Amino acid sequence: MKTRMAPRQISQRTAFSLLITATAVVVLPVVVIIIVIILNGAGAISWDFLTQAPVQAGKAGGIFPAILGTFYLMLGTIIIALPVGVLAGVYLSEYAIDNWMTRTVNLAIVNLAGVPSIVYGLFGLGVFVLMFHMGMSLLAASLTLACQALAMTVTTSREAILAVPREYREGSLAVGATRWQTIRHVVLPQAMPGVITGAVLAMSRAAGETAPILVVGAAFFLPALPNSPLDQFMALPYHLYTVAAHIPGMPKSTIWGVALVLLAVVLSFNVIATIIRLRARKRRYST
Amino acid sequence: MKQKQRDSDAEAAAVLAVGLVRRWRLGEKLIEGWIYLAGGLAIVVLLGIIILLVKEGMPIFFDTPPWEFFFGTKWYPVSEPPTFGIMPFFVATLWVTVVATAISVPIGVACAAYLSEVAPDGVRETVKPIIELLAGFPSVVMGFIGLMLLSPLVQSAFNLNTGLSGLTAGIMLAFMSLPIIISVSEDAMRAVPDGFRQASYALGATKWETIWHVCIPAALSGITAAVMLGVGRAIGETMTVLMVAGGALAVPVSPTEPMMPMTAAIASGIGNAVRGGLQYQALFAIGLILFVLTLFVNLVADRVLERQKRKFQR
Repeated sequence: MKTRMAPRQISQRTAFSLLITATAVVVLPVVVIIIVIILNGAGAISWDFLTQAPVQAGKAGGIFPAILGTFYLMLGTIIIALPVGVLAGVYLSEYAIDNWMTRTVNLAIVNLAGVPSIVYGLFGLGVFVLMFHMGMSLLAASLTLACQALAMTVTTSREAILAVPREYREGSLAVGATRWQTIRHVVLPQAMPGVITGAVLAMSRAAGETAPILVVGAAFFLPALPNSPLDQFMALPYHLYTVAAHIPGMPKSTIWGVALVLLAVVLSFNVIATIIRLRARKRRYST
Repeated sequence: MKQKQRDSDAEAAAVLAVGLVRRWRLGEKLIEGWIYLAGGLAIVVLLGIIILLVKEGMPIFFDTPPWEFFFGTKWYPVSEPPTFGIMPFFVATLWVTVVATAISVPIGVACAAYLSEVAPDGVRETVKPIIELLAGFPSVVMGFIGLMLLSPLVQSAFNLNTGLSGLTAGIMLAFMSLPIIISVSEDAMRAVPDGFRQASYALGATKWETIWHVCIPAALSGITAAVMLGVGRAIGETMTVLMVAGGALAVPVSPTEPMMPMTAAIASGIGNAVRGGLQYQALFAIGLILFVLTLFVNLVADRVLERQKRKFQR
């Protein structure tokens, strides 16, 4: 005998299947996009593609200068944004008392996180490129991306430091360490995994950002690799934008290849961040 | 004699120790100075952005009065005389944001409800990293995907002249703002105390009735904040709309037309704008409008989230 379901049961079934459908609508395209990019782009990937300079407006040759430029940008961004982020995180978690300055800093960070990337581009153009005369250089672009990354490095550092148990600090202070010694030798080492996770995510973000470097002036083609921070640069996301939207007659496989390399760089840093976080969590639970 | 030697040794050690401590203290003061400086830097950057946008953008109003700037429908930066009306960009931003929100909110909230209330742990542990992956996709890659995969679909589905339209951009933006909507709404639903659910079950409600009548209403302010953050994301997104919205300069009357949202207008114009020229000023003024819009959205979202957090902390 078939049991009849109550109407309420039926409506629950229907509702749940809708929820599952919605989740599938989010998840499946992500998987499909990754697979499509790999399938279409893999053909273009070769040793030469990764290590040679482009020729014929990117239609042939490789994308090495763009890869190198993106690598420099990630490095420059994190060298600037990480120390500032950690120090600001220390300020907010260890030093700040609940006064107007702390509230303003927190508010500023919330807002910095929401400022559109193109506005950071305008800021970088106006301040670093023009006002400080850095020109369309790696340095100007790194500073711009660092300003954008600041909200993230500060927030992740603050959260990581706040997560360190009070007892650690009290123990250290009780044996006579000063406040900074406590932070330097007890709190920061404990907070490290969280801080590094944030830093790696910020680097991944910097690798994929296009709008700011488009405004502060990435180059589509350069005859030589950058030699100093004040040189112009190429970058993967800007290269992808240009070959996809502006160069007619671009071989399709090359465009997909650039997309694949960019996605691989960005997502691998994401995965690294996840692994660091998971390992830190496991360690904390096992001890 | 020996005693004396020992005394002077002790004295020397004491002096050394005091000196060391002093030096430590000095170094400590120095580093603490840096810490305060770094804390203040976030304010400096934010103020810097505001000052720069105002300084570079406001002068356009000496040339083009604000009402002509805001309500003008013609953007001809290089004709003689140039006209700067940003209505086409503003309406375009409105269209893509409306399309994006209409798609992303129901899907995002449903997904969050599933993950928070229904999904078995295994499913949750697989789905969440994939959504995080989506959050990590660079916007230029999403623009590229919109260009290659989505725009032909939209073109044939709606029988359009071109697949590059506000609708296409809106769909991509919806997809891109889903991660933030899902994670913030899910957190809000998880924060609803279990007692609420148990009380609902005790009254005989099914699980779905509990989600619909208890969990979602209790988490509503968090969900509202999630939606606002998603809207902020959609307004500020640049590369995707630059690549797939079509870039037409007329005021779009329907989302299926090609159009150019404000972010795309800045990105495509700034390369040709002479520093300090009228077009340069006009683009910075658009930047200022974008900044104010997103600032407002984020401030409200932050307030709502704070309230939600306090709600169950009694």
